[in-house]
Amino acid sequence: MSTHRWELEVKKTDVLVIGGGAAGIYAAVTAREGNPELSVTVLEKAHVSRSGCLAAGINAINAYLNPGETAMSFLDYVKKENHGLVRDDLVLTMAQGLNSATDRLYDWGLPLLKDEAGRYLARGKRSVRANGERIKPIMAQALRASGAQVLNRVNAVNLFVKDGRVRGVFACSTREEKMYLVLAKAVICTTGGAAGIYKPNNPGAARHKMWYCPFNTGAGYAMGLRAGAEMTSFEMRFIALRTKDTISPTGTIAQGVRVPQVNALGEEYLHRYGARTTPERLAATLAENMAGRGPCYLDTARLDKEASSMLKDAYLNMSPSILLKWADEEAEPHDKPVEICGSEPYIVGGHGMAGFWVDAGRRTTLPGLYAAGDVAGGAPKKYVTGSMAEGELAALAALADLGEDLAPLSEREAREALEAEAEAVLLPLGQDSGFTPKALQKRLQKVMDEYAGGISTGYRVAEPSLMQARQKLRQLAEDVALLQAKNPRDLTAAHETADRVLIARVVVEHLLHRRESRWPCYQERLDYPERDDEKWLKFVNSRYDNAGDTVVVMERPYEGGAFDDSSD
Amino acid sequence: MTVRIDGTVCDGCPHAKEAPCMRVCPGDLLTKDSSGKAAIAMPEDCWDCAACVKECPRDAISLFLPTEAGGRGSTLVARKKTDGVQWTLTDRKGKTTRIFTAGKKVI
Ligand SMILES: Cc1cc2nc3c(=O)[nH]c(=O)nc-3n(C[C@H](O)[C@H](O)[C@H](O)COP(=O)(O)OP(=O)(O)OC[C@H]3O[C@@H](n4cnc5c(N)ncnc54)[C@H](O)[C@@H]3O)c2cc1C
Ligand code: SF4
Ligand code: SF4
Repeated sequence: MSTHRWELEVKKTDVLVIGGGAAGIYAAVTAREGNPELSVTVLEKAHVSRSGCLAAGINAINAYLNPGETAMSFLDYVKKENHGLVRDDLVLTMAQGLNSATDRLYDWGLPLLKDEAGRYLARGKRSVRANGERIKPIMAQALRASGAQVLNRVNAVNLFVKDGRVRGVFACSTREEKMYLVLAKAVICTTGGAAGIYKPNNPGAARHKMWYCPFNTGAGYAMGLRAGAEMTSFEMRFIALRTKDTISPTGTIAQGVRVPQVNALGEEYLHRYGARTTPERLAATLAENMAGRGPCYLDTARLDKEASSMLKDAYLNMSPSILLKWADEEAEPHDKPVEICGSEPYIVGGHGMAGFWVDAGRRTTLPGLYAAGDVAGGAPKKYVTGSMAEGELAALAALADLGEDLAPLSEREAREALEAEAEAVLLPLGQDSGFTPKALQKRLQKVMDEYAGGISTGYRVAEPSLMQARQKLRQLAEDVALLQAKNPRDLTAAHETADRVLIARVVVEHLLHRRESRWPCYQERLDYPERDDEKWLKFVNSRYDNAGDTVVVMERPYEGGAFDDSSD
Repeated sequence: MTVRIDGTVCDGCPHAKEAPCMRVCPGDLLTKDSSGKAAIAMPEDCWDCAACVKECPRDAISLFLPTEAGGRGSTLVARKKTDGVQWTLTDRKGKTTRIFTAGKKVI
């Protein structure tokens, strides 16, 4: 198919939000409320009513300050969970917005139960229960009510940078032969994290039976990298402890109905390893398997019938397929324990720390570009409300910065920029031979799995195999130029694959650089097995040098002292 | 593949501007086939989020576990109501269980 049939359109808005998920919707609503004169546009690759991580729903607000908790105690908790290294300023500013974000969800109609005193029903110290199956349609309705414009089924592919400032984004319709340049005075990137960099847990027809949203493919990271933005902590991957096969969240069981983790002999094992943090619980489970005492389980056999049916309700609100598992095994949750396993590694700033390097206003290192939610780095444990809080901060900073002088772009300049970009972006459509996006993606996943700490190698890494990964990824990067596509859908897939290859290269460079083992499984070096605070209590950051096609790695100090009243 | 669309039940939602199932899929996987009925474009890309299942006004879509992930034939169908979601789980032997998950108001 030739590319000349594609329609090209330039659009203009004041504030542009890329990605209509938890962070993006709240950023757009905040911008509209902050200044109703402004035009705000949300660009979304699917449809805002059910896109992104929240498609199936939630069963708890996982980040909330219940009575007795403060932003400071939240920071203290996150820092311990994260083995001493977080951006204190980011976690603290995020924590300050958790409760107001929860209240907004409640006001918008999210069913949250309250006690007689009018407080939300706590699930744990820092979470509240939610019947959140329809959180996404509720948020989408609030977005429409705010008066923001929404462009559904438009996939962002590259930032438009002019005179050192982000001035908009290039994007392609996922259904029609149409490409856009959306010009804006401020651009907020909220495209979520990246799944599918590593080989997933399940094969074949079940390959997308994964925890993280498979349609979040790291576009924001890749666009930022190509535009020269500084990124942080790509070596800190997030690997989730999940239910076997369905890869459903386990917090629903562990915190929701409070049963312990046991090995195949029925023994509770976490204490053996002194495992307290999330990565330590995962590592302990792997160790039990290696010692021949696996598989491991969450012991739902201790539940009574009432708790068992409560558990099913909770999963229907967020990860319904696990009910099929029970039905296929002809068992109820209380009949036998639920087997658990580690997921594929995801790159996701809301759980790990990988993402844009931002300031407290969520400004990236590129003027005019802001980042929030899973795409922003340095502040783990965001969940829904933390992502929203970051969206709010980004929007407020964007509004405050809008006064900056911007030389207007002429129609002609914009049109020329779009035409030039279209040649590169639509290239796969003109390719008659080469690689399909899916085939190249499978090759990428195999390389990452085998040489860069995937499931098959127990997540651990070492220099020789990482060097191998580096070399194979170079070849993959060359082959990206030979990706082919026949229609808008394929073209989206081609860009997703190209993005994943670039992200994988950055992950490998980061893994090579951090010569210690800070987070079990997430970043564990066989050749540097100890945690080394003296040398490595700092951030590994990077930037992609487009001209030289290289990833430039650098270090940034940990600046937590000012907030640190905990002594970890 | 994790959703099955029953072609004898789906009518293609001829009066809707866009069929509800096709509007909500986070991976934009649902399209119309040549007879105007819903079809899943890339079955192995389905995330099993059940958004389309809950949205279909005719219960034409059901969720099941792929064989590779231990699937043995059970299915899950859902219907959104004004005050929650009505789920129907049918196990491999045909026994059905109905579960209602409450929520105040469904949009
Ligand atoms: C299965 C699952 C269950 C969860 N359960 C809970 C829970 O019970 N409680 C809780 O508090 N948290 C839960 N979370 C976490 C929570 O969903 C996330 O932290 C939150 O949604 C992240 O917000 P975000 O805006 O960064 O990403 P998302 O909400 O995923 O939004 C990203 C958006 O960007 C769009 N997008 C991506 N790329 C592009 C592109 N190139 N162009 C245009 N648009 C694009 C996506 O389609 C999506 O709409 C869960 C997460 C998962 C995966
Ligand atoms: S919503 Fe149901 S009836 Fe309508 S097109 Fe989709 S599957 Fe068919
Ligand atoms: S279950 Fe979810 S991902 Fe699968 S087809 Fe339906 S809406 Fe799409």
